[in-house]
Amino acid sequence: MLLKKMDSRFRGNDRMDVNGDRGMNALTVTYALLFYAAVAVFVLGLAYRVRLYARTPAPFKIPTPPAPITQGGVVLRMAREVCLFESLFKANKWIWLFAMLFHAALVLVLLRHLRYFQEPVWTWVELIQPFGLYAGFVMVVGLAGLWARRFLVERVRYISSPSDHLMLALFVAIGLSGLALKYGERTDVVALKAFALGLVRFDWQPLPAEPFLLVHLALVALLMAIFPFSKLLHAPGVFFSPTRNQVDDARSRRHLARFAAAFDK
Amino acid sequence: MAAPTFTIPALEDDLAIPAIAEGAMAHSKPFVAKPEHQEALGFPGQLVEGWHDKAIAKMGDLLGKSRALRVFLDSCVKCGACTDKCHYFLGTGDPKNMPVARQDLMRQVYRRHFTLAGKFFPGLVGAKDLTKDVLDDWYAYFHQCSQCRRCAVFCPYGIDTAEISMAGREIMDHIGMGQKYSNEIIAKVHKFGNNLGLQEKGLRATLASLEDDMEEATGVKVRIPVNEKGAEVLLVTPSADFFASPHIEGLMGYAKVFHQANISWTVSSYASEAANFALFVGSHEQMHKIALRIRQAALDLGVKRIVFGECGHAWRVAYSFLNTLAGPWDFLDPAYPAPQHICEVTYDLIQKGALSFDKSKNDDKVVTFHDSCNVARGSRMGDMPDGQFRIPREIIKACCNNFVDMREDTIGAKTFCCGGGGGLLTDDLMELRVKGAMPRMQALNEVIKSHGVTHMAAICAICKSQFGTVMPKYGMGMDMIVSVHQLVSNAIRIEPAQATASA
Repeated sequence: MLLKKMDSRFRGNDRMDVNGDRGMNALTVTYALLFYAAVAVFVLGLAYRVRLYARTPAPFKIPTPPAPITQGGVVLRMAREVCLFESLFKANKWIWLFAMLFHAALVLVLLRHLRYFQEPVWTWVELIQPFGLYAGFVMVVGLAGLWARRFLVERVRYISSPSDHLMLALFVAIGLSGLALKYGERTDVVALKAFALGLVRFDWQPLPAEPFLLVHLALVALLMAIFPFSKLLHAPGVFFSPTRNQVDDARSRRHLARFAAAFDK
Repeated sequence: MAAPTFTIPALEDDLAIPAIAEGAMAHSKPFVAKPEHQEALGFPGQLVEGWHDKAIAKMGDLLGKSRALRVFLDSCVKCGACTDKCHYFLGTGDPKNMPVARQDLMRQVYRRHFTLAGKFFPGLVGAKDLTKDVLDDWYAYFHQCSQCRRCAVFCPYGIDTAEISMAGREIMDHIGMGQKYSNEIIAKVHKFGNNLGLQEKGLRATLASLEDDMEEATGVKVRIPVNEKGAEVLLVTPSADFFASPHIEGLMGYAKVFHQANISWTVSSYASEAANFALFVGSHEQMHKIALRIRQAALDLGVKRIVFGECGHAWRVAYSFLNTLAGPWDFLDPAYPAPQHICEVTYDLIQKGALSFDKSKNDDKVVTFHDSCNVARGSRMGDMPDGQFRIPREIIKACCNNFVDMREDTIGAKTFCCGGGGGLLTDDLMELRVKGAMPRMQALNEVIKSHGVTHMAAICAICKSQFGTVMPKYGMGMDMIVSVHQLVSNAIRIEPAQATASA
């Protein structure tokens, strides 16, 4: 396990200077600041949005069938919706297939990337490394399927805005540039990990100046920054969707939102 | 009736997804409310000065009041799952009748005014200003949504286009661009107690003649009491039940059930309407006002239970919203849910063995059941999920020997709207109603051909009226549509009132 050997170099306190050059260059500083900014926008933007959703009243009970009649049932329903895309499966098998390939692969890929931010690397993160690699390809295949529908299916072409194409382009570019790092010119993952850990520990380390890596990282930062302002809000949104997260108990429990409560005065 | 100026869709063997036909229904707009209809509800009489800013302000107001609206406008990823689910799209091919495109009429303005992306990069994210053209699109296409929620069942985020078309209509009401049909009816319900403008004297006369009809047909005196204080049950039913076939036959069915079960009951002339059209125009204030009539009637008459007759969206408001709008119902008998559906009452009595039927009375029929959209997707019956699908079918099977269901993807939670729901049951939208009925007519035609179905039962006044009108256009008899309690009425065995029966 080459990987394990390389990663072991980060254990303990005597972190090695992999480039033999501790001096900060403009590139490293730019990317470090870029990532702090992107993470800040992502976290604060998302928190603002989630807070807004949570604080906006849901005046009426509007769950769609089959609606659970207990809170536990709602948890199960939401789990099926988020993990299995239950409603989408009912709606359209092709969209479901491509969406499932993309999202499931994305989760694996994200988990695989955890190893860049931890030292020592957790065992399960090590175990999924090979799967995460295949997932990179699967993710691009899923995206390609979704994108093809935007051109080939007349109805979907009609509802697509430029941003819908650009969002897919962004994900494909992130996926392909990531795969290029593995299968094209191999990047110096040891140096990369030092950079990543440096960001987390506020102890900046030099970033390898490799074109695909720089592209990959810049696009990921861009993705994080636009997340709270784009349709990617579907991710937190689904948890707040009243048609999916409400218990069907309107007759047995009086549902009173702030808005409706004003009626009683 | 004058010949239609549009082509009635052919019923194919399979329900095909149409090619998109841009602008095919852009001309379809209901009559705009006159100043008197608007002002009676506290809305401006006509399109106001500065309507743009007022519309945007109202949208902001609604965004702050409805989590659904805010989350739904943010969450759509344009995946296309809903694009072939709307009966109006399937019947017309107009792409703005695809649920996502209908939502986008509001979403484009939302993005322009309420999101950073739309403020700075409108072209990129499809954001648009609310121009007069866009407003006209709103008026046309928010009145081509029957708020049936079929799209919401299939959306991976549960986006419910009904919430958006309701908000759109609410905004338009507030700038003086309301719809005549709905607003005129809401004003009528405030004035007369019902949508049809029936007054107490006329109501009593109609119901007395119905009692005579039943006595003549059965030899048994079955009462339909009005405003009887101390009755156990207040029946709140759509006013169509007092007025026309096949609704009135349903009312006779309810009366016979109450009679045979020895339950004292009454209708109220003050709350002589189950429907709550304020739902259609998205006005919570009006919905509240209309709902309070029912509370008042229940208190005045001192009833112990409230039962709703066969009416789709009325049952949605009753089941899902009435507790919020007009509750708590702590003065009613806690042994029964408040409110109850007449089908729940009949079903429970059948389960207890309190009713018996001569099924052969319906042997001239092969019956199928149309799940009304608002019952199917906006409410429930009984104490189990999916009771709203099971209970009406069990009632039909208890009083008919021949029952067949339509294709699986056109019933239950996936049922098609009749094409006339959501405030669209008006002659000025006839083309939309006929074309929007096509998916239901296609599924019905299948079972007519395969199983010799002769009748379709429904539990909604709008469905019954709509089908009575559009079925002949598809070459089917208008008497094919029946009330579920009409089948009950045909088959139920009734005996003279017991001596102990008293109000």
